[in-house]
Amino acid sequence: MNCVARVKLSDVALVLRSKNAGPYIVTIDVILPSSECLHEVATVLTKELVARAYNIGIDDVLSVHVYEPSLAIKVNIRRRVPAGSIGDTDVYGAQQHIPLALLTLDLEKCVPRVNA
Amino acid sequence: MGLAELRILSPTAILGYGFPLESLERGLRDEPDAIAVDAGSTDPGPYYLGEGVPFVSDAAVERDLYYLLQTSLENEIPLLIGSAGGAGAKPHVNHLLALVKRVAKRLSRKLRVAVIWSDVSREYLLERLARGDSIEPAEGYPYGGLSPRIVKESIRIVAQAGVEPFMEALKLNVDLVVGGRSVDVAPFAALAWLRGFDRGLAVHMAKILECGAIAAEPGSGSDGMMGVLRRSEFEVYPLNPRRRATRVSVAEHALYERTNPVREVVPGGYADLADAVYEEIGGGRVVVRGTRWVEAERYMVKLEGVKLTGYRVIVFAGARDPDFISRLDQLVNEAIKVVEDVMGREGYRVEVHVYGRDAILKSWEPTPQPGHEVGLLIDVVADSWERAEAVASLMRSTLMHIGWPGRKTTAGNLALPLSPSEVRVGRVYEWSIWHLLELKDPLELFPIEEVVVG
Repeated sequence: MNCVARVKLSDVALVLRSKNAGPYIVTIDVILPSSECLHEVATVLTKELVARAYNIGIDDVLSVHVYEPSLAIKVNIRRRVPAGSIGDTDVYGAQQHIPLALLTLDLEKCVPRVNA
Repeated sequence: MGLAELRILSPTAILGYGFPLESLERGLRDEPDAIAVDAGSTDPGPYYLGEGVPFVSDAAVERDLYYLLQTSLENEIPLLIGSAGGAGAKPHVNHLLALVKRVAKRLSRKLRVAVIWSDVSREYLLERLARGDSIEPAEGYPYGGLSPRIVKESIRIVAQAGVEPFMEALKLNVDLVVGGRSVDVAPFAALAWLRGFDRGLAVHMAKILECGAIAAEPGSGSDGMMGVLRRSEFEVYPLNPRRRATRVSVAEHALYERTNPVREVVPGGYADLADAVYEEIGGGRVVVRGTRWVEAERYMVKLEGVKLTGYRVIVFAGARDPDFISRLDQLVNEAIKVVEDVMGREGYRVEVHVYGRDAILKSWEPTPQPGHEVGLLIDVVADSWERAEAVASLMRSTLMHIGWPGRKTTAGNLALPLSPSEVRVGRVYEWSIWHLLELKDPLELFPIEEVVVG
C-alpha cells in the first residue's frame, strides 16, 4: 500500500528551531521522530530546496548535515544581515526557521504529529 | 597518573541567570573539585563590547557571586569565571571585579584572585599585519582577511582565551579566576587539562556544562549540572532532582548554536564528537564515551572587535486603515523621498520594519500578507543624535500626513502609542573584527595578574 502523504515539515518534526551560530550564520535544527523519517527527509531536504524555501541563492545555503545521534538535520544559512547590524530584526536569530517549517513534502515514513 | 576522577560543578548557564540554592547544595554534597561558570556571550550583539557594559544586571550577578564565593571558599575549591562582564574586555572585567569586591566585603573575606586580561591593542594587530602575518576571517565573516583599515576603525578588540591561560591561573592556587573574553569551555576544562585527563573528553564535558542545565530534561539556563570526568568517559547529571539528563538531551546539546555538531573547537585543537556514544545509566545520569581529541597544527585564537555605526532613534507606529496598509510600501518610499529632499542622502540610514507582515523574516518571508493592523518600526541610525532625531521626526510627520488619490483618512495615517514618539535608543555598533589569529604561545595575549580583593 502506498502511504505517501503531503505534510508540513513542522508537523512531522519534534523540534524545529533556529539560532545564531556566530553573527553571520543562522543554524536551523530539525529533529525527527525516527531514523527512517530522518533519512527520508534528508534525501529530499537538499540545498536547492532550502534555497527555494528562503528565496535565496544556493551559495547562501552553507551546509545541510545529518546528525544521527540526535536524529537531526542541521541547516546552516548565511544571515540576511549580520546580527545586530542595521537592518537586522532578529538579533539572536531565534525566529528564522519558519520558511523551513512551512515546507510541504511528500513523505511516507514520517507520521504527522499534532500538538495537544 | 593523578586522581581517577574529577568533578566540575556548573551552577547556571550565565553568571547572573540564577540557580536554586538547593541545587547548589546538592551539588556540593558530591564534593566537586571546582565550580566553573560562563559569564559571556556575543549573542546579545556587538553593542556590549562597543559600549563596555554588561548585559546581565549587577543585582543578579552579585546574588549569584555571593553564593558561589561563599560555598567555594567554604569548600576550599576554586571558582572560575569565563568572559567576565559579558564581552570580557577591560571595562567588563573591572566591572565584575567591583562586584567581587562588594561580595568579599559582605563575606568579610580577603580573596586571592587571578585575572586573565584578553584585550588586544590596535598597535599589536597593525604590527602583525605589517610583518606580513595573515589574519584570516573566522566562520561566516563575509569581508575577507583583516586589513589595517578595519583595525583602525575598531574601537575595542578582544581575543578569546583558550584553556591554557586558565591552567596558568589555577597554578597560582587562587580562590577565584576571573577570565576576560574566553572560549566558553575554557574555565570548565582547565582543571581537567591541568591534571592530565583526555583533552577531548574534557572539552566535550565542558561544552555540556557551560550551558548550566540546558542539556537536561526539562532544560533550564537557571539551574546547574555536574560533570564527572574519568580516564575514558565522563558522566553528567543535573543538580536538581526534578530534571534528568537523557541520551537525547545530552546528544542534542551538541547541535546548539554550532554549525558543526561533531566538532567543538578550542584554540589548539578540537573535540571530535563523531563517534561519541551516549548511555543512560539511571538516576537521570548519562555517560559519554568515544569523544576524541584532535590536535590542530596551528594555535588559533578568535579575535572580536567592533566599530561604531552611529546613533539610533526609533519611532514605533501602528496602522489600522486598510487603504493605507494596502499601499504601505509605496507610501513609505514616498516618505523617504521627502526626507531625502530635506535632509540629503548622506549621514543616516532609515529602515522601516512592518510588523504583522514581514518584519521578522523580510525577504525570507514566505507569506508576506499583512494582518488587519500592522506595526511600523521606523529605525533611524545617523552620524549624530541631532541628525537621527531630525530624520526620525520628519519621517514620522511625513508618513502621518502623506496622501494618496481618494484618501478618506485626511487627519492622519498613524496611531502613535508613545509621546514623545521619537525614542533615543543608544549608540549602534557592528562587528568589524571576527578573525582568527595564530599565536606561538597560548599565553601571549593573555597577561595574568594576581590581586587581593576585599
